[in-house]
Amino acid sequence: MSDNSSSNAYWSANLRIIVISLIIWALVSFGFGILLRPMLSGIAVGGSDLGFWFAQQGSILVFLALIFFYAFRMNKLDREHGVEEE
Amino acid sequence: MDQFILNWIFIGASFALYIGIAVWARAGSTSEFYAAGRGVHPVVNGMATGADWMSAASFISMAGLIAFTGYDNSTFLMGWTGGYVLLALMLAPYLRKFGKFTVSEFIGDRFYSPTARMVAVICLIVASTTYVIGQMTGVGVAFGRFLEVDNTTGLLIGAVVVFAYAVFGGMKGVTYTQVAQYCVLIVAYTIPAIFISFQLTGNPIPALGLFGDHAASGEPLLQKLDQIVSELGFNEYTAHHADTLNMVLFTLSLMIGTAGLPHVIMRFFTVPTVSSARWSAGWTLVFIALLYLTAPAVGAMARLNISEMMWPNGSSGEPVSVEMMESEAQYDWMATWQKTGLLNWEDKNGDGKIAYFNDKNAEKVAEMEAAGWGSENELVKFNRDILVLANPEIANLPSWVIALVAAGGLAAALSTAAGLLLAISSAVSHDLLKGQLTPNMTEKGELMSARIAMAVAIVIATYLGLNPPGFAAQTVALAFGLAAASIFPALMMGIFSTRINNSGAVAGMIAGITVTLVYIFLHKGWFFVPGTNSFSDADPLLGTIKSTSFGAVGAAINFIVAYVVSGMTKATPKEIVELVESVRVPRGAGAAAADH
Repeated sequence: MSDNSSSNAYWSANLRIIVISLIIWALVSFGFGILLRPMLSGIAVGGSDLGFWFAQQGSILVFLALIFFYAFRMNKLDREHGVEEE
Repeated sequence: MDQFILNWIFIGASFALYIGIAVWARAGSTSEFYAAGRGVHPVVNGMATGADWMSAASFISMAGLIAFTGYDNSTFLMGWTGGYVLLALMLAPYLRKFGKFTVSEFIGDRFYSPTARMVAVICLIVASTTYVIGQMTGVGVAFGRFLEVDNTTGLLIGAVVVFAYAVFGGMKGVTYTQVAQYCVLIVAYTIPAIFISFQLTGNPIPALGLFGDHAASGEPLLQKLDQIVSELGFNEYTAHHADTLNMVLFTLSLMIGTAGLPHVIMRFFTVPTVSSARWSAGWTLVFIALLYLTAPAVGAMARLNISEMMWPNGSSGEPVSVEMMESEAQYDWMATWQKTGLLNWEDKNGDGKIAYFNDKNAEKVAEMEAAGWGSENELVKFNRDILVLANPEIANLPSWVIALVAAGGLAAALSTAAGLLLAISSAVSHDLLKGQLTPNMTEKGELMSARIAMAVAIVIATYLGLNPPGFAAQTVALAFGLAAASIFPALMMGIFSTRINNSGAVAGMIAGITVTLVYIFLHKGWFFVPGTNSFSDADPLLGTIKSTSFGAVGAAINFIVAYVVSGMTKATPKEIVELVESVRVPRGAGAAAADH
C-alpha cells in the first residue's frame, strides 16, 4: 500500500478511540452497575441508589451515547486521514 | 366485546399486515433473499434489527424475570444492550467493508480456510437453534393464552405459524415486515406500561415513574416495593443478593453473545456504506432502549400490583379469599391463565384463603403459621413468562390494551424466530451446500434447500421447546453463551490481529464452543433432554459459575487457544494481511460487492 503510514496512523487513532470508549462502557455497567455499587450506595436516586439506577437505566443511556459518539468521531477521522468512502 | 374475540381481531389484523408486506416485497433473487439489495436506510435498518433482536425473551420473558428477582436480574438489561457497543465499535463497520453475505464467509476468507468456514457454520447453527428453542417457549406461552389452550397445544400451533411465516420471504420481505413488527411491539409494550406507571406514580413515563413516588402511600415506589416484598419473606427488590462473579460473567456473556449472533450481524451487511453501518448500530440501540428502559419499570410495578392483589388488606391483614378470587372481576386474569397450566393456586390448608409468601423463609413460615394462614405458599405456580402478557389484565386496563399486548408478544416472537430461521437456512444453503458440498447448485436449488433447512430447524426447536431448559429468556441466554464462545472471538481477532492464522482460529472456535456446550449440557441435560444432567445451576461444577454465564469463560478459552496455536504455526500469508488492512479502512466499500 502506498499510503501505509497514513493508514497506520488512522488505525492507531481508531484503536485509541475504541479503548477509551470500552473503558467507559465497562465502568458504567460492570463498575457502577455491579462492582462499585457499594461505593455509590450513599447517593440516593428515587427510592434506591445510584448503582441501581446505572444497572437499570444509566448504563443503557451511556451505551447509546458511546455508539453515536463513535460514529460521529470516526466519520471525522475518516475525512482527516482521507479514507472516507467516495 | 368479548376479550377472546378482541384478541383475535388484533392478532389477525397485525398478521394480515405482516403477510401483506411480505408478499409485496417478496424476494426474487438470492441477493435479495439474503441482503435486501443493500438499499436499506440506517434508521429503517435499525428498526428492523430492533424487531429482529427483541424476541420473546425481551418482550415476554425479561420483565417477569426482573420482577421476581429485582436488582440481580439487571444483568439482562445491561447485557442485552451493552453488546451493541462491541458490535458498533469492533465488528459492524469492518464486516460491512468486507462486503459479503454471511458471517461464515468472512471467517472462511479471512482465515483462508474452508474448514474455518465450516466450523463457523456449525457454531452458528448450534447457537441459532438454541435461540429458536427459547423463542418457541415464548410462542407456546402466547398462543396457549390467546387460544385458551394448554401450553403444548399452543406451542405446536405456534410452530406451524412461524414456519409458514418465515418461508414466505427472505431478508427483503422480512426487513419491511420487521419494521411493522417493531411498531406493533413497541406500542404494545409501552402503552400498558404508561397506563400502569400513571396509575401508580402519576408519572406517565415508566422509566421516571420507577424512580418516582408511589401515589397511594406517598413513599418512593422502590422503597414501597422493598418493604412489601420483604414483609412477604422475599429478598429486598433493590438489594444485591446474587453472586457477584456470576453476575459479571453473565452480563459479559450476553454482551459478547450479542455481538456474535449471526442474525444480528447479518443486518449490518444490508446497509449501503461503512459509515451507515456505524450509525445503524446506534439507531438499533435507540429502538431497543425504548423497550429496555421501560422493562424494569414494568417488572417492578407488576410485582407491586401482584403483591397488593394477593394481600388486599396489607401484608399484616388477611390474604385474599378464594371466594374473592372467583367472584371479583379484578381476579379474572388468574382463572384465564390457569387454563394454560402456567399459573396455579391451591387452598392447601382449607381456610378459604390463598396466602402468597416465601415458604423457603423459615421465619416467615413460622409467622404465617402463627397467624393461621398455613405453612405453605398457596400461589403454587407463577411462570415468569406470563407476567408481561398478563400485566394489562393485572392492572385492570381496557380490553383493547390487552389485545394489543397479545399482538405485540406474537410480533416479538415471530420476528425473531423468522430472522433466526433465515440465518440458519442461509448457513445451510449458502455456506454449507453452495459454498462447500454442491458448488454448482442453481439459485432455485439454493432457495429450495434454504426452505428445507428452515423446516428441519423448526421441528427440532419445537421438539426441544416442549421441555425447555429454562424460561424463554434463560434459554436464549444459553444461545448467547454459545455465540460468545465461538463467533465473536473469531470475528474480532480476524479484524484486530493479523497474527491469528487459519489453525489458530479453527482451534479457538472448536475449543470455545465445545467446552461451553459440554458445560451447558452438564447442567441442563445432554442435548437439553431433562434428567440427563450431572450438575445443576444451583450448585455448579466450577465455583459459582452457572451454565448461563459460561459463555464469557468459553470466549476467553477461544482467545487463548487461538493465540497459542497461531504462535506455533505458520504466519498469515501476505495477501490475507492485505485483506485485513483493507477491511480496516472505509475507502472502497462501495466497490466491494458480493461475488455472485
